[in-house]
Amino acid sequence: MIQHLNFGDLLPYWDVFARGLLFTIVLTLTSTVAGLTLGTAGAWARTFGPRWAGALTRAYVEIIRNTPFIVQLFFIFFGLPALGVKLSENTAAFIAMVVNLGAYSTEIIRAGIEAVPKGHLEAGASLAMSRWEIFRHIVLKPAIMNVYPALSSQIIIVMLGSAVVSQISAEDLTYAANYIQSRNFRAFEVYIVAALLYLLLAIGLRALLRGIGRAIFPKG
Amino acid sequence: MSLVSIRDVRKSYGAQEVLKGVSLDTGRGDVVAIIGRSGSGKSTLLRCINGLETYQSGSITVDGMAVGDGKTDLRTLRRHVGMVFQQFNLFPHLTAGENIMLAPTVVVKEQKGEARAVAESLLEKVGLAGKFDAYPSQLSGGQQQRVAIARALAMRPTVLLCDEITSALDPELVNEVLKVVERLASEGMTLILVTHEMRFARDVGTKLVFMHQGRVHEEGPPKALFGQPATPELAQFIGVQP
Ligand SMILES: Nc1ncnc2c1ncn2[C@@H]1O[C@H](COP(=O)(O)OP(=O)(O)OP(=O)(O)O)[C@@H](O)[C@H]1O
Ligand SMILES: [Mg+2]
Repeated sequence: MIQHLNFGDLLPYWDVFARGLLFTIVLTLTSTVAGLTLGTAGAWARTFGPRWAGALTRAYVEIIRNTPFIVQLFFIFFGLPALGVKLSENTAAFIAMVVNLGAYSTEIIRAGIEAVPKGHLEAGASLAMSRWEIFRHIVLKPAIMNVYPALSSQIIIVMLGSAVVSQISAEDLTYAANYIQSRNFRAFEVYIVAALLYLLLAIGLRALLRGIGRAIFPKG
Repeated sequence: MSLVSIRDVRKSYGAQEVLKGVSLDTGRGDVVAIIGRSGSGKSTLLRCINGLETYQSGSITVDGMAVGDGKTDLRTLRRHVGMVFQQFNLFPHLTAGENIMLAPTVVVKEQKGEARAVAESLLEKVGLAGKFDAYPSQLSGGQQQRVAIARALAMRPTVLLCDEITSALDPELVNEVLKVVERLASEGMTLILVTHEMRFARDVGTKLVFMHQGRVHEEGPPKALFGQPATPELAQFIGVQP
């Protein structure tokens, strides 16, 4: 039985929520751009790159896909200083997100590349195009088009997973919720608002990704 | 001297020998029609000419450039050898016009405007003026194949290889593609084509090559061969009594 629901106690903290929300949005957008770039490079290495680059990428992908995100985050933030690499909370959060999305999107984009018909590559080769030109102009866009839904889902997953960065005190939406809750003890109200905001973010991000897809891929 | 000279080429896939010593000369302006049963090595031979396949022994030269000797840069060679495929292989994310402009801008570094003008005139030549902005998925098979021909021509090849370019088409679309090829032939383009269109091979070809079990089994002027095949294999293939 829920008694005395009081969302009014959240009002004084609206700016904390707003800052957390903004942080999560910026973190998601920047790490998505960087992560997809890394994923594209990884997918290139696995399909068109030299053998050693493919092997290296494969090891990277396996390590990231078979360890928890929070451990990766802790390693970057708490572990790397032992090697003399000291990062701020925000930088560590960003890097962890990029490295994580990079690995998953490498695999997704690689699948998209492998689905490009061999005949298209041969047509490019017959037109005297180099391997790089074939990848860049013939393979890349159709490959991403092939896996765009899976890629979009992965981006949403990473956005939602970003809640974990609050664990190293990066001041994201979840960090904001934890902070407010520790002040007003309105856990139910705070986390339902946080959940709602994540839901809206996910819906908004999906719409954005759909719009981008529509803009860059030809219809028909 | 012949433009494309193939000398005793042998090629195996594993233990299976697919080309068993093929020799063939193609002069400038020749239209060589290669016919033969499925699996006789026609595609393989064609693909050796532009280096899409390697071969184990023998030699191929195109306009003096040796193919597959490891010395000639394949990209240099391919600027002179165009190829059109059975499955069109248009790039689906590019319009007809962009398909044609891609290699001239990326490989030859032509200016966009110049490449566009060439693409437009080539589209007109293949009877597709006005289709510049159409995506492949919006075109019929016959139209797609004509775009593919225009795309190959945009690199101004010295010789054009065509591998069964009408075999994937509905029968009513075959002629529009053959007409384009016939016009190229009449303009003096050197063509080597694998085809199942016997009438086309006879009427347009300047040389007929019958491949059988990895060898050139018979070759000569198309009309003579069709009229009087020398071997029972060719006779049977084209369905006449020797
Ligand atoms: N990549 C490959 N690996 C192994 N064997 C192959 C390969 N490509 C072709 N072959 C074999 O080589 C032989 C000749 O094939 P090719 O495609 O040249 O024949 P074709 O005359 O073009 O036949 P079709 O009329 O069916 O196109 C066939 O027996 C085929 O199975
Ligand atoms: Mg074939």
